[in-house]
Amino acid sequence: MRFAVSLLSVLGVASIIGTVLKQNEPYENYIIKFGQFWFGLFEKLGLYDVYHSGWFLLILLFLVISTSLCIYRNTPSMLKEWRTFKEHATEKSLNAFSHQETYSTNASTDELKQKLTQFLTAKGFKFKFRTQEDGSELIAAKAGTHQRWGYIFTHVAMVVILFGGLLDGNLPFKIQEMLGYKRIETLDIPESQVPPESRLSIFNPSFRANMTLPEGVSDNVAFVRVRDGYLVQELPFRVALKDFRIEHYATGQPKSFESDLVIIDPDLKEPITKTISVNHPLTYKGIAIYQSDFQDGGTTLNFKVWNLFAPNAETQLLTGAIFQNGVLGEGDEALKVEFNDFRKFNIINMSPDGKGKPQNVGPNITYKLRDNRGQAIEYVNYMQPMQIDGKHYFLSGMRETVQDDFRYLRIPVDNDFGMEGFMNFRATMLDAAKYPEIAQRIARNSIDVKKDPAVKKQFEESVVQLLTVFAKSGYTGVAQVIEKSVPEKEREAVARTYIKMVSVAAFEAYNMSLEANNKPLLPSNGDTESLLRDSLNAFSDIFFFGTPYYLQLEQFEHKEASGLQLTKSPGQKWVYLGSVLLVLGIFSMMYIRERRIWLSLRPGKQQVHFAMASNRKNLDFEKEFNLYREQLRSLIG
Amino acid sequence: MNNSLEYQQKTLLQSLRWQDWLYALIVFAGSIFAYVKYSQYMDIYEVSFLFGAAALASYLGWKWKGLGKLVLAVGIISVFSISLYDGEQAKATQVFLLKFLISSQSAIMWMNVLFVLAMVTYWFAMYKRSDFAGKVASALTWSAVLFGFVGLMVRWYESYLIAPDVGHIPISNLYEVFILFCLITALLYLHYEQKLNTKQLGGFVLLVINAAVGFILWYTFDRQAHNIQPLVPALQSYWMKIHVPANFVGYGAFSLAAMVAAAYLLADKGILASRLPSLDVLDDLMYKSIAVGFAFFTIATILGAMWAAEAWGGYWSWDPKETWALIVWLNYAAWLHLRMVKGLRGPLLAWWSLIGLLITTFAFLGVNMFLSGLHSYGTL
Repeated sequence: MRFAVSLLSVLGVASIIGTVLKQNEPYENYIIKFGQFWFGLFEKLGLYDVYHSGWFLLILLFLVISTSLCIYRNTPSMLKEWRTFKEHATEKSLNAFSHQETYSTNASTDELKQKLTQFLTAKGFKFKFRTQEDGSELIAAKAGTHQRWGYIFTHVAMVVILFGGLLDGNLPFKIQEMLGYKRIETLDIPESQVPPESRLSIFNPSFRANMTLPEGVSDNVAFVRVRDGYLVQELPFRVALKDFRIEHYATGQPKSFESDLVIIDPDLKEPITKTISVNHPLTYKGIAIYQSDFQDGGTTLNFKVWNLFAPNAETQLLTGAIFQNGVLGEGDEALKVEFNDFRKFNIINMSPDGKGKPQNVGPNITYKLRDNRGQAIEYVNYMQPMQIDGKHYFLSGMRETVQDDFRYLRIPVDNDFGMEGFMNFRATMLDAAKYPEIAQRIARNSIDVKKDPAVKKQFEESVVQLLTVFAKSGYTGVAQVIEKSVPEKEREAVARTYIKMVSVAAFEAYNMSLEANNKPLLPSNGDTESLLRDSLNAFSDIFFFGTPYYLQLEQFEHKEASGLQLTKSPGQKWVYLGSVLLVLGIFSMMYIRERRIWLSLRPGKQQVHFAMASNRKNLDFEKEFNLYREQLRSLIG
Repeated sequence: MNNSLEYQQKTLLQSLRWQDWLYALIVFAGSIFAYVKYSQYMDIYEVSFLFGAAALASYLGWKWKGLGKLVLAVGIISVFSISLYDGEQAKATQVFLLKFLISSQSAIMWMNVLFVLAMVTYWFAMYKRSDFAGKVASALTWSAVLFGFVGLMVRWYESYLIAPDVGHIPISNLYEVFILFCLITALLYLHYEQKLNTKQLGGFVLLVINAAVGFILWYTFDRQAHNIQPLVPALQSYWMKIHVPANFVGYGAFSLAAMVAAAYLLADKGILASRLPSLDVLDDLMYKSIAVGFAFFTIATILGAMWAAEAWGGYWSWDPKETWALIVWLNYAAWLHLRMVKGLRGPLLAWWSLIGLLITTFAFLGVNMFLSGLHSYGTL
């Protein structure tokens, strides 16, 4: 038993390690976290999957053996205790009891016998008579000896549960792997090319595998993740996904995930059609199919592509689908578009203090633009404008590596809640041919400048110059020019003048672009000022956007893929059986109290000797003994 | 002949009076009413839980009359509160009685206040050796439990007022289970208080309850955790109705044992020894409490495994919460083993059950705070 308890302690410590160290992460994460040396050592110890490591299983195995031995050794004596009345107790041994009492009586033996057996029966005791050598009559009684079954049940339960657990573990694979018959596949290759030694047949007794099915697709294999690789689990039937649905609460949080599945199997007269959801799996041929997660299943997408640096507002169309690629541009400048993910719902908490209610901000698309050297920039674009501080913007995030946070380009919406307003403005600002007109318009509105033609000309030239600089790299360019050509003391004043001039120019440029599109002009008020400020900021930010292309998602046809988990677990019924035994065992061990009573009738001495014992002495026993002692006194005396 | 019958014990059924039968009748009438009114929201398992709960409430109420009165009071006040709502959530802040007394939020706040008062009164009673103050403290604890249960019942109803699909039993997140924890721990304590006829342990047990009350207050005011949130899909299952309460009987009993252990250790050192029950009584109470906790914790873990088999695709996934439940289980299994098989007694076991509370707390709260896994509904 001591051995079993120390094994249990080791098991406890090992389990703690498994909770503190995140299990089954991609191996790169561990290398980053621990460094090469420790990574290797921990890998050898199997710490990345403690609960399936060889030594952990070995401990479990030892535990089964040691507990079994324990049961084998102790059960006979337990059963003996359970059955016996201990009617062979001698007077001498009874006299040594800590709980005993002697009563004198005048009653006859028969009368006493009758009274005492009635008493014992009323208290729920079973009893047996025995005439002792000295002629005295002994009543040996017992109650609650079923407690002994508690021991047997709990220990058998442990063995049964561990046995069930071992059945559901990956022991068969581990052995085959050790013997060299099986190995995990670590390469990302099509399923059909995975070699036989990395495949598990339909006769594999137990597994826990995953399967991703896009809508309208069927398959008959699943994948088992093992360490840094995987195995292909073949299934004895095909699973097809007809439809996957997510329902939402009014607040936007997901309410249910459902998959309409069809099981196709030659053994079936007609396919089984069933909808599964979280908490409602489908079991067929001993394999339970669970709804575990979901992802995009190849949503088709239609984009309007803006070239941010073109001095016009022309767009081209681009179509694509998630997990597929497209191309933008030509020749050496061409960029590969990798469509990575589409999400129809995005629940974000937009309130500034984070305490408000989360809301759905609509679909977004994640894609990468990769140049011919392999460098990629990742983008995430939201389809609908988002409200920030009471104003609406189209958001597009970009980042160069996965470790970075997304940095967002915020394009203010125009009066029609579109981005055309900004795009036309941007085109005007980039079109050098428009600068003279912008300059003239500004000059016309300025009383000081209007009067003197020479001043007017000089002013217009400086406006054109400023816009040329601004069109090349936004505010940064203007700042560089100032740094280069203005003495330090005057810089601030000059900068203020330039910014003022840029914003006045922006007002004219915006209105020119509106005029050209037959739209109502901007009035001069606070809203316009704020719109221009946002537009100029966005204009300045396009120089940090990484690539010239802005992909505006116009339309999509949503196609989802359901993540299914398939498990076969022959040990489950054993574990449940063990659990029932465990509960029965615990309750009988703790709530059935074994007590024994001996009543020795000594006819010669006119005495009754009462002795009581329990295998567990506690307050309840003391109370019971005291009660019986008094009740017997009034009964006998 | 009379003499010989004196030792005859009445069975439970024989000892029942007409009031007890009336009580059971009311409880069952209540559950039939609930069934008729709300059966469209229940599946077959939940219907069986409803009547199972009625049977359990009857049985417990017969065994422990105080609990029976509590059940009736909770029922009456809850129904009254619900009738004041009249199907409108906004009434919670408009109707005087709801706003200040028995809307779910107010009732829970009253529970918090009453638990604090009860603790202070228990300590005062111990300090002054005042029986009267002890009785007051006891009554305050009962009232706190009453308000807590009313708060939960009304919250249950309120969740359906938000939207029928949002409605669920209020034991689905940390805020709600902390209330449950306070109530169960207090009830377990009150049971032993009556059985052992001692009010001296109240101050100790109320310490751990008030720690939970502190958490509830912080969680309410700093995190707005009292807002009712809809259930994530994984929690939409009848299993929640049995798995969570069973678990909290376990947690509550372990906490009670730890507080008794603290009293034991003080008395063992001679501190407050003249005021506290004898060491034997404390030791016995500690054992009984851990035994109850262990039995329920075992059942809860098994129920959890069965639920996991239905929701996560396996009865055991070595999820951090599961693993820590196993560690807690092993810890108390060892405790009981040493006591029952080896006959160990004394301060060592008391220290152990105090440390056991740390392990239990980590499993209950620490896992949610520091480790991530499938049980992530209760994140802070």
